[in-house]
Amino acid sequence: MNMMSDAATEKAVNAPADEPVIKMRGKDVCVFYGPKQALFDVNLNIRENAVTALIGPSGCGKSTFLRSLNRMNDTIDTCRVTGDITLDGEDIYDPAIDVVELRARVGMVFQKPNPFPKSIYENVVYGPRIHGLVRNKADMDEVVEKSLVRAGLFNEVKDRLHEPGTGLSGGQQQRLCIARAIAVSPEVILMDEPCSALDPIATATVEELIHELRENYTIVIVTHSMQQAARVSQRTAMFHLGVLVEEGDTDKIFTNPDDPRTQDYITGRFG
Amino acid sequence: MTDATISATPIDAASPRRRDIGLKKRYAAERRFRFYGQAAIFLGILFLAILLWTVVSKGVGAFQQTMITVPVEFAQSVIDPKDKRAEDPNVLLMANYPLLARNALVQALGVDPDDKKAVKAVGGLVSDSSRVELRNYVMENPDVIGKTIPVTMTANGLVDSTLKGHIDLKVPEERRQVSDQEVAWINQLVDDGIMQKQFNTGIFVNGASSRAETAGMGVAIIGSFYMMAIVLVLALPIGVAASIYLEEFAPKNRWTDVIEVNINNLAAVPSIVFGLLGLAVFINFMGLPRSASLVGGLVLTLMTLPTIIIATRAALKAVPPSIRSAALGIGASKMQMVFHHVLPLAAPGILTGTIIGLAQALGETAPLLLIGMVAFVVDYPATPMDPATALPVQIFMWANEAERAFVERTSGAIIILLLFLAAMNIAAIILRRKFERRW
Repeated sequence: MNMMSDAATEKAVNAPADEPVIKMRGKDVCVFYGPKQALFDVNLNIRENAVTALIGPSGCGKSTFLRSLNRMNDTIDTCRVTGDITLDGEDIYDPAIDVVELRARVGMVFQKPNPFPKSIYENVVYGPRIHGLVRNKADMDEVVEKSLVRAGLFNEVKDRLHEPGTGLSGGQQQRLCIARAIAVSPEVILMDEPCSALDPIATATVEELIHELRENYTIVIVTHSMQQAARVSQRTAMFHLGVLVEEGDTDKIFTNPDDPRTQDYITGRFG
Repeated sequence: MTDATISATPIDAASPRRRDIGLKKRYAAERRFRFYGQAAIFLGILFLAILLWTVVSKGVGAFQQTMITVPVEFAQSVIDPKDKRAEDPNVLLMANYPLLARNALVQALGVDPDDKKAVKAVGGLVSDSSRVELRNYVMENPDVIGKTIPVTMTANGLVDSTLKGHIDLKVPEERRQVSDQEVAWINQLVDDGIMQKQFNTGIFVNGASSRAETAGMGVAIIGSFYMMAIVLVLALPIGVAASIYLEEFAPKNRWTDVIEVNINNLAAVPSIVFGLLGLAVFINFMGLPRSASLVGGLVLTLMTLPTIIIATRAALKAVPPSIRSAALGIGASKMQMVFHHVLPLAAPGILTGTIIGLAQALGETAPLLLIGMVAFVVDYPATPMDPATALPVQIFMWANEAERAFVERTSGAIIILLLFLAAMNIAAIILRRKFERRW
């Protein structure tokens, strides 16, 4: 793996942009599960073409915030979201916004690799097909190849595209899920602890992939690993007990945090 | 070096006292539990074996039927003494065919034709169905009249039972239904190769009959088939649609809780209650015909629905939530999520539940008794609106008959029903294996 060197170059290239474009904006976001409040007035901006890491101890609300960005929380009956979350300035909780269209624009990769129990090809082509992005076999072949190449998986699976996706190793499955997510050409990709079920080598591959994807996509990643947050992200947001403690450039958060709770967390004193 | 010192140390000094953590007791408990389990399984297998053995040993004879093959003289003097069959087709219908059969047997046995009592007894060896058998033969081949041709006829049920050894010949003659003379004739016919046992197709194709030797399950098989088809066509789509709605779309509130409780209760309602409901609603209120397999199918559908709904909901619940998230996460609508991913994964469970529900419905008797399917139906039902019976009802009806030959048929019918059920359950297992996917 040449990931470390890559990571280093990426860091160097990633000098702060002159005028960062805000892709998604959360304003006074509160989330309730039944009577219990899980997020308290979170104000967080997600920059375009950057990786934003959400860190914090378990149960701090970072996954809840992530899931409210593409309204996956809608699937929980008791869940209620207040405040504004915008994508390119549009309120995503506006009744006029179609949640299916939103999720086509804001894709998601989950903690546990969850390929469909179908072939690798079918896994990737499913999203473009339901959204009508592919018309014929040639289109499909193209989108499958492009997505798998971008997910760094094509060379490993090109001879067995029609074998079940569940037969791949854990790391390959997760990259298949990323390929599936990018096949519908989303603008934002949400990743919920994408490497927590993977071994270090597979993790390194996925992290390298996240680096490459940053050029074309806006990525929000939830992670429990400080090192991972430091390696892959440009912006970091620290959550604690449902409150956004601090956010800022990753370099700053990890070297000179303003809040003592962040300091304690990244040095391993709690969490 | 160190090894030497260790081996040299006395054992009682070296080994520390081990704590008593109750290992012995735990293992004993495990052994006891295993024994209970094995005993329970053994008991179950034992009872199953006894059941199968009694049914099969009693019923296997029903698949053979005693037949009499004898040269029959189709004498014109008997069939058409006035030679009027050209003008009046009824002549052939009304002719005295049993006389032909009797004469043929009298000749074959060498009985004195003037001994009226003996001749009458000989005629009793052949089933009354010989009238129909010979008539059909003559109607199809009118040119046989005047010729002598070997014909196979069904033997009387008592003869059949005697030949199969079901009648105890040690009982004094006056107290049994077969006389010594008849037994002697039977032995003579068997020795001459005139009487022999053949595979009994009649039990599969014949309709109801008061004579055991010609009674069959044809009508019952067709009736059961109609009902299964109706149950499948109605209960599967309704049940699956209801389950999908309840499981995937319905909000979780008090109403859906009430519905869920009621579905579970319905599954436990005694089947005879469904029969009363069917009688009241389908026959008395809607005016559908009695004894029709349509009504039976509708009643069984009502009975099977809760089973299918419960099985389908369990199968849907068993699909991992990660698959749903995955589908929703790339922008599938809820409907696409259900039909593209959840339903295919739940299909094996749904199929199994459906087939088990169908098997349950196939064996159901009580509700069918109430809607009049316990009927004496001779002709095949052409449509589900015609009177019919069902397999278990046929067993019930035959079990009520006293004749020895019917006892055998009852067990034979049970074997047929069990074979159908076994086939359905095997199909369920095969389908499950075939469609099951791992994730």
